[in-house]
Order: sequence, then structure tokens, then C-alpha cells
Amino acid sequence: MGEVAAALLAVLVLASMPALGVGLLRGHLLFGVIVPWAAMAVFIWGFLFKVIGWLASPVPFPITTVAGQQRSLPWIKAQPLESPSTRGAVLGRMALEILLFRSLARNDRIELKRAEKLVYGSSRYLWLGALMFHWSLFFILFRHLRFFTQPVFPGVAAIEYVDGAFKVNLHALFATDVLAALGLIYLFARRLFSPQVRAISLPADYFSLFLIIAVVATGILMRQGFYVDVFKAKELAMGLATFHPALPRGIGTLFYVHLFLASVLFAYFPFSKLMHGPGVFLSPTRNLRNDSRARRHANPWDHPVKVHTYEEWEDEFRTAMKGAGMPVEKE
Amino acid sequence: MADTPTPEEMLRISLDPGPAGPADAAPVFRKGTYSYGAPLKHQVYLDLPNQRQWQPHDADWQLPEDWKTRILDGMAQLLKKHRSFRLFLDTCVRCGACADKCQYFIGSGDPKNMPVRRAELLRSVYRRYFTVAGRLLGRLAGARDLTEPVLREWFYYFYQCSECRRCSVYCPYGIDTCEITMMARELLNLVGCNIQWVVEPASNCFRTGNHLGIPPHALKETLEFAVDEVKDLTGIHVDLSLNRKGAEVLFVAPSADFFASPHWYTLLGYLVLFHEIGLDYTWSAYASEGGNFGLFHSSDLAKRLNAKIYAEARRLGVKWILGGECGHMWRVLHQYMDTFNGPASFLEEPVSPMTGTHFTNARSTRMVHITEFTADLIRHGRITLDPSRNDGWRTTFHDSCNPARAVGLFEEPRYILKHVCNAFFEMPENTIREKTFCCGSGAGLGADENMETRLRGGFPRANAVRHVKEAHNVNLVACMCAIDKASLPPLFEYWVPGVEVAGVHELVGNALVMAGETRSTTLRGEPLPQGKGSDDVH
Repeated sequence: MGEVAAALLAVLVLASMPALGVGLLRGHLLFGVIVPWAAMAVFIWGFLFKVIGWLASPVPFPITTVAGQQRSLPWIKAQPLESPSTRGAVLGRMALEILLFRSLARNDRIELKRAEKLVYGSSRYLWLGALMFHWSLFFILFRHLRFFTQPVFPGVAAIEYVDGAFKVNLHALFATDVLAALGLIYLFARRLFSPQVRAISLPADYFSLFLIIAVVATGILMRQGFYVDVFKAKELAMGLATFHPALPRGIGTLFYVHLFLASVLFAYFPFSKLMHGPGVFLSPTRNLRNDSRARRHANPWDHPVKVHTYEEWEDEFRTAMKGAGMPVEKE
Repeated sequence: MADTPTPEEMLRISLDPGPAGPADAAPVFRKGTYSYGAPLKHQVYLDLPNQRQWQPHDADWQLPEDWKTRILDGMAQLLKKHRSFRLFLDTCVRCGACADKCQYFIGSGDPKNMPVRRAELLRSVYRRYFTVAGRLLGRLAGARDLTEPVLREWFYYFYQCSECRRCSVYCPYGIDTCEITMMARELLNLVGCNIQWVVEPASNCFRTGNHLGIPPHALKETLEFAVDEVKDLTGIHVDLSLNRKGAEVLFVAPSADFFASPHWYTLLGYLVLFHEIGLDYTWSAYASEGGNFGLFHSSDLAKRLNAKIYAEARRLGVKWILGGECGHMWRVLHQYMDTFNGPASFLEEPVSPMTGTHFTNARSTRMVHITEFTADLIRHGRITLDPSRNDGWRTTFHDSCNPARAVGLFEEPRYILKHVCNAFFEMPENTIREKTFCCGSGAGLGADENMETRLRGGFPRANAVRHVKEAHNVNLVACMCAIDKASLPPLFEYWVPGVEVAGVHELVGNALVMAGETRSTTLRGEPLPQGKGSDDVH
């Protein structure tokens, strides 16, 4: 329980900082401009630093994890999406992995029943929860382009129209907000109640979850009951995006809490497990072809090693070999 | 196996690690669970670091003064050399999809055998010394100091991973615990913490050409003995060719095939098949090992051992190489050999002399898997088969980890089995093909002293076998891995008695109708079943 409490406390402390800083201390400049800019700078620097660090290390061996029939004899049906032997097939495999979480969809659950019996069950909830959360988050971020572009980025209005079809008190309750929240609640509940997942969870896992939950929750609240001035919010956001900072007064403190937590999330991202997003693109077990007998894979740090040559070997065994009537190179 | 717990005792485990999770403490080296340290003689022969006579249960591991620096420097090196290592340490989100996929966790209930926990053993140290958050926040960021208990924990758990890569199939980011284990073993090796069952075969192989340490003249005797046995069983004299220059094909098999049982019958299977089709091939005594225990030690040692195959192919002047039934051997041949010791431009693209088929999937390494070769023969009707000779068997097929998850050899062996056996049944789908379970003894874990670990790790496989035994009276598990053939018989004897193990080419050898043969027994010398069997192929 300690990890959960510590993570929750950390997020609550973070949330109280802008609440106090803006609400009481009039720190609009700090929380409205300096922190978001700094966070974005840290995000970009950290993100590039990490990805470049990954790219700087080579892939010395073709370590594809093969999950289907290889391409071998012409009459054997290959499974290119599970065992890609061409670039196109790798693209297909990666697309399935990144867009539909293919590997997670394989998930099953094993139980040890009495009488020494293992029972397998399908377990797609994690796949479903993860898909729901990630896709919703994508659309939520996309919708946020409304605040940072003028004229508004193409497609945003259309997405908002579909996404916001449900109205509560005449205010749009975005479907993606609800789905993201449900997904997050599922991911958190799973961490708390699944004994195996509980056992492997670290404070950082709860912290990321609480931080994202807090960002989403403040976002939803600003449209449901704790209204903020959306037009002023956009004025501030446009100022950030165009480097002409604007600090309109009277947006509402909740907005600053949302903005600050989102800033923390961005700044935290490159130093955390959240980098799994860019990481999956580079995963060598997924993005390499299974054609390593058809095409040589070069190792950039390959170096000579000490081998036991045929000559050395024959020197040791020559007499016995001749005695056994075996051919030798040197009589 | 006198001290081994009974199956009932063995399964007094829970897959629920409890709310607190595992304690962070040095493991107890309990008899039956760990492998012995590498003998000094073999450490010396291979020039390994920190040479000394040593056992894991010793109070003093006789580590070098600067062991910590060696490991951390080694880690920095490996991070620079392997994107996989860096990426897999950074990107795990601890979603738990892998947690119940490892046969060692399923069979032991030990939370540190969950792949994610196994990787965290190393990841926690990586965080402490190589990440900002870990340096600043320590335990709060999941970081911990590298201490001797941590090192012992690494040794204990990274020699309880068979590098089977099953977890990697399920990971949404493709994190492969095999890579983590390989890196951990590289690091352990830097301070001389190795196991006998890896280092001794590797040293034997380096010296004599094979893991068993068979010198060339003894190998010749063994093969002559096999030729005599084929004569007794079939009435046919097959030619023996060893170290012969000018053969078209070099044949390389795991050396266990020369001595062990039931490997021996697979060897007889190769001999009768190659004779019947008139293949112009040779064995080599210098390259008399397809397997590569160097892989379970370090990439350099794997490369040192693997070098012999191409060197010998070049010396003998063959056109291409054919490889026998072995698991991790095919991981090396398929994913490492060309990179280690290629390009093999002195060879030709493999073409079957019997069917004219070009093995285009092997056009660079120029090494073909025997089931690819035999499946092609059957497809072209180049051999006559009488599957009823295998009617004494009701057969299932165990996909070996590496031919499955490194190569993707799923249909080739099945196609062969369905032509040489009348009664073939699949195990449940969660336990075969890419989801196959390890025999529990891969990656150097096949020793005697760690039998409990092996039996626990092999439990999920044995359990699936029990399922088909009960449902279809299956009495034979066919496989194509030398470690399977050695480890599955004791595993089944323990968990599911009454099921035997055979290589695919033993069954091919039984079913093969040879010109001029007089056969009344199988290759095991058992009477051929009378009458025609049923046609229930599934």
C-alpha cells in the first residue's frame, strides 16, 4: 500500500502547487507560461536524448521473435504478419503491433487447478483496456489542437462533433474522455487487485497512472460543472504556441491545475516507462525481418575471436586419426 | 533423483505472489534448484576471467577485488553494443502480460521467475547507475545498489531461465527476456560466475569439435557402429563418409546424436534416409557439433565455437550445409552464424540434388534444416513411406523453442509427421507453435544437480502431454531438439509416465521403404506392428 499512497500523495502535492500558486499567490506567469514552456523544452530534449541514445546502440544480431510459419518452401503457406520476410510485411506486423496491440491480443491466463491440471483461459481485458485508453488519449490530444491552432486544424471539428455527440446539461461529454477514464480505472484496478500485477508494480507505475488520471479528471471537470473560460484558455494556449505569451485573467484556477499537471506529465515522460511509445517502433524482436538465412545481417562491432583452427585440431589428434584410417591434411 | 519431491509436493505452490510481492533478499542455494560452478580446468582452457575452483553454495565466491567495477563497466559496454538491452531495460511498463507465461514461474510459483521480475533484477541496478531518476530517487524509482547478494540473485535466477523466448511473443513491446538473460550471463562471466553444464561442453567443443568431447577416431568408431546397426536392422549396408573432401553436402548434427538415447535412433534415421536417396554427403569430426553452448555464455564464445562449421565446409569444399535436429543450434545457425562467421560466399545456394528445389530461404547462410529438406523430398514423391510401421505410436509434436520462435519451422515437421505416422494429435493450442513451452532444460540447465528446477520448468509441457495422453492415448512425443530428447524422457517419467520421446527422423527412418531391405523391426529393434493402422490423422 505504501507505493500507492506515496504516488497518490505526490500527485496531490503537485496538483496543489498551481492551485495555491495561481489561486492565492497570483503566479500566473509562472504557471501559465514559464512552467509549460520549460516542460515542453524538457520533453523535447529528453525525448530526443533518449531516442538518440537508443539509436546510437546498434542491433548486432537479427533477433526477430518469430510468431508464425517462416517463408521456406513455396508450397508451405507462410504467415508474413507473424514472421515477416519482406519490408512490407514488417510494416504490416508493426502496424498491427502499434495500432492494434497485436501481441497483447494473444494474452491468455493460466491457472493451476487441483489434480495437477493447468487450465488456460483467454484474457483479452488488458488488451481491450489498453486499446481503449490509448486510442482515446490519441483523440483527446488531437482535439486539443483546437486550442493551439488558428484557424483550427482540419479534422478537429469533425472529431469533436462525433466525439461530443452525447450532451450532459448541454455540455458535450466527450466519449473519448469517458473511455480514457474507464481505461485508466481498469488499469489501476488491475494493478491493485491482480496479485501478480500487484507484485510487480513499482511506485512509478502508480505515479504515472495517478498523474494521467488527474490530467484527464481536471479536463473533464472543466466541461462538467467546474467551467472555465474556454476562449481565454485558448488565448493563453495560442500565446504559448506562437511564443507571444498572453496571460488573460479569469480563466479559472482549475485550468492552471490541468495545465500544470499536463506539463509535469510531459516533463516526466522522457525519463519514465512512458517512453514505451517511441520504444516499440525500435523493438528489434518486432521490426526485423525473419530472413536471416537469406540476407546477411552485419554486426558493426564485430571483432575477431580466438578460434581453434583445423590445423591446431589435427595437430592434437593426427596420430589417432591416422591410426583409425582417417584422412589428414599433414602426414 | 532420490531427493526430488513427489509431484504432489512439487505442486504445493501458488501462482499468487501475495500482496507484498517477493522479498528482496539473496536466494538460498537449495540442493536440486541450481547448477554447479564451472570446473577450473575448463575455465582455463577457454581463457575465462577470474579462474578458480568455485561452487555457488560456497560462502565465499572469491570474486575479484574490483568485481563491481567490472560488472558496471561491462554493463556500460553492453548498453553501447546492443540496442535491445538498452531498449528492453527502458520500455517495460510492468503490464504483467508475461507474468504467467514462463514455465519456471508456472512450475515453481516463485515470483522472481515471472519474466518481468527476472528482468527487474537487472533493471533495478541499471536504474541505479545509468538513469537520472534512479540516481536521484533510489528505491522510490525502483533502483538498488549492486551488492554481492544482488549478484547471487542474478546467478540464481538467470540460470533459471532457459532463454526460450516464450514471454517475448506476448510482450506488447517485444521485450525478450532471453536478451536480458544473455546480457546478465555475459556480466556474470566477467567475474567468473559460470556453470559447469555450459562451460564444460563449450570447452569440450572448442577442443575436440563436439560438446561430448568425442575425439575424431572415437567418432569414427561410433559412426561405424551405427552403420553396423543399420545393417542388422535393415539388411542394408550404408556408406560412411567422415571428413571426406569433395562431398556435395556437409552434414552437421548435435553431438548427442552420436551417443545418447533416444537421439541414437534419429542418427540411424539420418543414415538410412541419406543412403536411400543417394545423397553425396560427409560428416565432419572437426565440426562434429551443431549445438553451441557458447550461446549460453557469451556472444564471443558462441562465435568461437560456431566458426568451425564454415571453416570445415570451406576445407572440405562442399557446396552447402545440411543441419540435423537440434533446438538452440538452429537459433545460432538461423540468427547468428552468417553474422558471426559469414559471408559464406565460398558455398553455393543450396539446391536439393534429388528434387532440384532451390532453398532460397537459405541463400545467404547456405545451411538447410533437415525438416525443410525431407519435407521437400516427400512433397516431390522422392521417397516411399509406409506410415503403418509407426502404428505402435500415437504421436504428438513438441515444438522446440528455437526452431519455433527463432526460425518459424512449424509446418515442415508436421508435414513430415503426417506422412510417416497414421495417428498424429496436436496438444492444446496455448502450448504449441509460437506458444510452445520449453522442456525446462534449455540454455545449459540440463544438468542432474538442478533436477528439481528442470522438473518444475518442464511441468507445463508435461501437463499438455498428459492432456493428449488422456484424450487420445498418445504414447510418443516427437521433437527435433537434442536437449528435448535428453530431458523429456525423465520429465515424462516424473509427470506423465508411459510416454516416450523420438526424433522426427527416427519416425522417418522407420517409415522409409528402402530398396532391397529386409526389415522386421523399427529402428529401436522392436517388432513392426502387424496390419494396417487407423487413418485418424488430426
